[in-house]
Order: sequence, then structure tokens, then C-alpha cells
Amino acid sequence: MSSYSELIKNFEKIRSYMREFYVYGFKSREEYDKKSARSYDDERRRIESWLGDHMSFVRTPEGKNVFISIDSRISGHNPFYKALKSKSFTDGDITLHFILFDILHSPDVVLSLPDILKEIDEYLSGFESPMMFDESTVRKKLKEYIEQGIITSEKVGRKMMYRRAEDTRLPNITDILNFYSEVAPCGVIGSFLLDKEDGKTDYFSFKHHYITSAMDSGVLAMLFCAMREKRIVTVSNTSRKADEPRKARIIPLRIFISVQNGRQYLLAYQPEFNVIKSFRIDYLSNVKIEEPTPRFDELRAELDKMQSKMWGVTAKKNRYGEGRMEHVDFTVKIGNSEEHIVRRLEREKRVGQVKKIDDHTYRFTADVYDTSEMIPWIRTFICRITELNFSNRTVENQFKRDIEKMYRMYGIAEVEK
Amino acid sequence: MIFNEIYSAYYNAVAKIIAQIISGETDEKELNQIVCDYAFGESMLTVLPSLKNEKWQLVRADMTTPIKHKPTMPLTLIQKQWLKAISLDPRIKLFGINFDNLNDVEPLFTQDDYVIYDKYGDGDPFEDEGYIERFKIILSALKEKQPIKIKTVNRKGNIISMTVMPRRLEYSEKDDKFRLISSGCRYGGTVNLARIVSCEKCYGGSFTPKNPTATVKKSVTLRIRDDRNALERCLLHFAHFEKRAERVDNKHYLVHIKYDKYDETEMVIRILSFGPLVEVIEPNDFRNLIIERLQRQKSCELK
Repeated sequence: MSSYSELIKNFEKIRSYMREFYVYGFKSREEYDKKSARSYDDERRRIESWLGDHMSFVRTPEGKNVFISIDSRISGHNPFYKALKSKSFTDGDITLHFILFDILHSPDVVLSLPDILKEIDEYLSGFESPMMFDESTVRKKLKEYIEQGIITSEKVGRKMMYRRAEDTRLPNITDILNFYSEVAPCGVIGSFLLDKEDGKTDYFSFKHHYITSAMDSGVLAMLFCAMREKRIVTVSNTSRKADEPRKARIIPLRIFISVQNGRQYLLAYQPEFNVIKSFRIDYLSNVKIEEPTPRFDELRAELDKMQSKMWGVTAKKNRYGEGRMEHVDFTVKIGNSEEHIVRRLEREKRVGQVKKIDDHTYRFTADVYDTSEMIPWIRTFICRITELNFSNRTVENQFKRDIEKMYRMYGIAEVEK
Repeated sequence: MIFNEIYSAYYNAVAKIIAQIISGETDEKELNQIVCDYAFGESMLTVLPSLKNEKWQLVRADMTTPIKHKPTMPLTLIQKQWLKAISLDPRIKLFGINFDNLNDVEPLFTQDDYVIYDKYGDGDPFEDEGYIERFKIILSALKEKQPIKIKTVNRKGNIISMTVMPRRLEYSEKDDKFRLISSGCRYGGTVNLARIVSCEKCYGGSFTPKNPTATVKKSVTLRIRDDRNALERCLLHFAHFEKRAERVDNKHYLVHIKYDKYDETEMVIRILSFGPLVEVIEPNDFRNLIIERLQRQKSCELK
């Protein structure tokens, strides 16, 4: 039986636990125990160890519920990045790492594998039971580091020589790292860089700041790599509707990030169904980069064209490439000194037009693939909507029924005689 | 790629411990403090014991190390690629840093690879020379803890002058705007950077910085009816607040959210966006704000 460790080998399991604790946080231990009773306890203990103060507990009749509560406006740095700094390693890994970089302490030191092995033995000779590293272990580690870009190799005659990669001289970029580690995609990489800096005084804070995307950094980085190299990927996609993840072979085209609902999507072409569609990035795992595709540029250009007709992430086209458009317009009344409402319409609309009808009336009009995506936004104008017209009558009727429901919910509906 | 031990908290802590030992400092209390600072809550049980018992053969029993140089590691390829990617971001001009050393590096992503599709369209002018200059002055004043004299344009177009002590720069991804959070002036507090038309540091003045006014926290309790995936949408939407959720029954959930009083109107709007799937339960004054809007909507006689 293996003993508990703060560190983990596989990020996938903890990824879902953290999301459950942070986003939901009302489940009791029994609801997590589908596979292993011990697993929950270990994962909870790990997360508690990483996030400390942010973990809370509440007792309910069903048992003790664990949840993570973070006001990201105050926290400054994304606490979830800690989870990505918890990769497990062997005793040999860590020993070899520090010894290798000490042997190759400068790019001027160039050594062959036998020379490196000899030096390693010298480093370890002072220990009571010195570790033994064989040639293949050290070669494998060097290869790993070459792939990471921190060691370089070159053949001199018949010998492979190794050296530390050149340092990248950069000016003081602490402010840049403090800012971009929170706002840029894959910001955790900025956080890795910040870990090397001393004195992290931070002058920034962040409002409307969604931090769950940290858990998807690995998937996102793979997708960016695939897009840069214009390659196909296979992914496992966990749908809300299916119990088991489904494999999908897709061409990733662009990442769509929401700063209003905390979600990230991948817009990708799925050859199997001849569609460009969205995939929730938090539902994706096991990204494997496959062969290059000659269709990348053509498909991305098609997505470019589609974007002017997308309110959210729905790119509705059937398998024959025909897009069905839906129309929406709604009219709002503006009181005296309520010009800010007109400014809201202008700055919050992503597509469409705002037209002044008279001094107190403005109309928003748009044609998009899916008008249902606009409903939450239109609802934010409740108190001033005087006209509403959807070509998709189902959506319009739902909207109006919902308003009636709200009148009833808050006790202001007409009393039926 | 990203989830790798070379970026791990343990490696960082061990690097600091070795550096400390190389500099002659072997006090165990201080070494444990490094573990507390750089690793996790329970790491003290593992890191130093693993070094001391020679499981990780980097520190000998007599607290010396065979490592001769302060541990360092070059930037990894993905770190360079990420830096290159952010060097292409329009906001980078605010920092006035040149990334010429990354000329031969491919960016991890470009502006073409992602879109923030729902940010507001009137973000700050990040490439405007005057804006950049004012941003730099404010950031520098923050570091030097110097008060600044600013002139801002209010909503009516009037210029207002004030002297404030900058506390921090707050960025909203949704608004794509920076705000200066400051203290020391009753008109100050929170000022949109784009509204500042001039800005200078005040040296040697008689300005006495006051403690920043604490934000007034309020709370609201919502009842979610889990139709149309409302539970997940709502909890994720409000995820960035301090909050707690509880289950009422298989269909209904309560969520208690703490928010800044200053943002109350925004909270009302955000809750309204969920329609009848989210109901404000308490407090009554917040519930009344929703009712008042619904009553006004009713008078619009939408057919």
C-alpha cells in the first residue's frame, strides 16, 4: 500500500476534484466515493495542503461538505497554480536534476555522457549509501531536458556532447509577470517564472477574474501547439449528456475565452461531421497532437467569416456547410439622464447595430447563428424592454414566458380573476 | 509539457535550501521556513527530512552540500514561447520592455489563436502614448509610495484635480480597463485610468496618506432552480466571489455570495440575466431592487 504524498503523478483526477470543490462545493464525501473511499480523503488532503486558507467545511445532515471559496479580487495571484506545481518525482529525479545543472553550471561547460557520469559519481561519493545512476538513466534525463530546451546537445566527432542552454538575458520583468500571469492564456507559465524571482511585490489586482482556467492550462498549451503547427489532435471529450468521455479527432482553430462566465472553448473542425463546433476546454483531456493538416488556413478563414455572426460560441452550420441565420431586435426606452444605457448597448454588443429611434427609444438589431445565446444579455435590460422580435419564435416565447414567471416568482403577477 | 517536476514547488524549495547552505546558513528553523514559503502546507514533513536522511542526495549528514553553485536553470522552451506570446500583446507597451532576445522564438500563441469574445468594446487605449505615460508614472509612484496629483474628466466632461496616494492598479478583464485604487481624497477611491488626463508625482509635499477606506461587503442569497444547466452556469458565473453553495433538494440550491456594495447595480443585472432560474431570497432590500425593475418592465407592456 503506497503512503500519502502531497505530490501527484496525474493531474486529471485532481482537476475534477478542484473544480467540484470550487465551483459546486455542496457535495458530501459519499457523493465522491464512487471508485475509492480513500481517494477522496487523499485528494481533499492534498488540496487543503496546497490551498490552506481557501478551504472551508460545512456540516450538513448528509455529512461534512468541503468547498473552496476565493474572492479573486483580493487574492492577487491565482491560488490554483499551486496544483500545477505538485508533480511527483523520484528520489533519483531530484538528485540528478540539481547535480546535472551544477555540473553543467555554465554554457561554457561542454561534456560527454561518460564525463558527466564520472562527475555524478564524485558528487555522490560523500554520501553514506551513494545512489548509482546508469548510463541509460542519465541519457534519458538529458534527452528530457533537451526537449524542454534547457540542455543542448551537439555531435563532436563521434561523441555526443552536452551543455546547458544559453541563458536568455531579460530586463526586469516582474511587473509583466505579475500582470500577465493572471490575464494571459496559460498564465501559470508566468507564475513558474515568478517563482524564480525574489521579492514579488505586486501592484496589481484583478476584478471579474475567473481562476478556474488554471486547471486547464496543460490542455490549452497543447491546443496552442497544435494550432501553431497546424496539426490535427485527438481528444477525450466529456459531455454532460454522456457518462463516458468520447474520443474526437478534430482540427483546432481558435480558443474562445469568456470573461463573463468563466468558460473557455475550443472552436474546432470535426471532419467526421463536417462542422466547425465548440468544445468546452474543461471537458477535454488526453490531447494528442497528430499529423499536420493542409486544411488549417482554409478552415480558420471560414471561422473568421463566421465570427461576425456569432454572439457566443455557436457556429451553426449543417453538414453541407449551410448556415442558418436567426434575427433578433429589441427596443429599449431610455429616461432623461440615462445616456449610460445607450453606452451600455454600444459597448456590450458584440455584433449587430444600435439605432436611435427617438430621444427616448433605441433599438438593437442583429442576425446571428443562435439567438438563444443572447437571452442572458437581453435580460439585463429588463425594466426598459418595450419591443422584442425574434425570428426564432420558440426563443421569443421562452423569453416572454420567463418574464411572466419572474413576475410570479416575485409576487407581482396580475391576479387572475 | 506544463505539469512537470522542474516547475514544482519542491524543486523550488530545494533550490533555495541549497543556495542557503552554500551561503553558509544551515539553521534548520530557517531552512524549514523556506519550505513553508516555497512549498505546501505539509511539505515540512517531507522536504527537509528527505534531504537530511540522504533520500535526495543533495545535502550530507553534516549539512554540507556537494553542489558548488547557487542552483539556476535556463528558461525552458515553453517559458520562452509564452514570453514571446505576451510580447505580442498590445498591453505590453505599458511596461516599456524590449523582448529582442526572443527574436528567434516562436510564440506559444498569437492574437489570432484566441479571442476574448465577450469583453466590452470600450476598453482602455493601451497603445495611446499619453495613456502609456500616465500608466508608467502611476506604477512608478506605487513602487515609490509617492502621492500623485491627477486631473480626471468626470461624466459631465468637467476636469477635476486631486492628490491621491495610489494603492494598486486594478484590471478588469470584462471591461478591459485599468482602475487606479487610491486613498487620501474624497473624490478619489477608484478612478478609471482612461479618465485621467494628466498625472504627476508629488515630491516633498505635505500630503498625509490616510489608510484606504475598507470596501463595504454585502451579501446576497440566491435560490437556483437547476433547469437548463442553471446550476453550473450560475455557480461558474459567480465563481470569482467569496461564496458558499448548499443543496435544498434535487432541483434547488442556495448560494450565498459576498460582493462589494459599490458593485450592487452590476450584481442586480447579473442576477437578472438568469431569468426565473435564479431568485433572490435575501436580503429584502436586494430582492426589492429586482422587484422594482420587474415592475418597471411590467409597465413597458411588452407583448
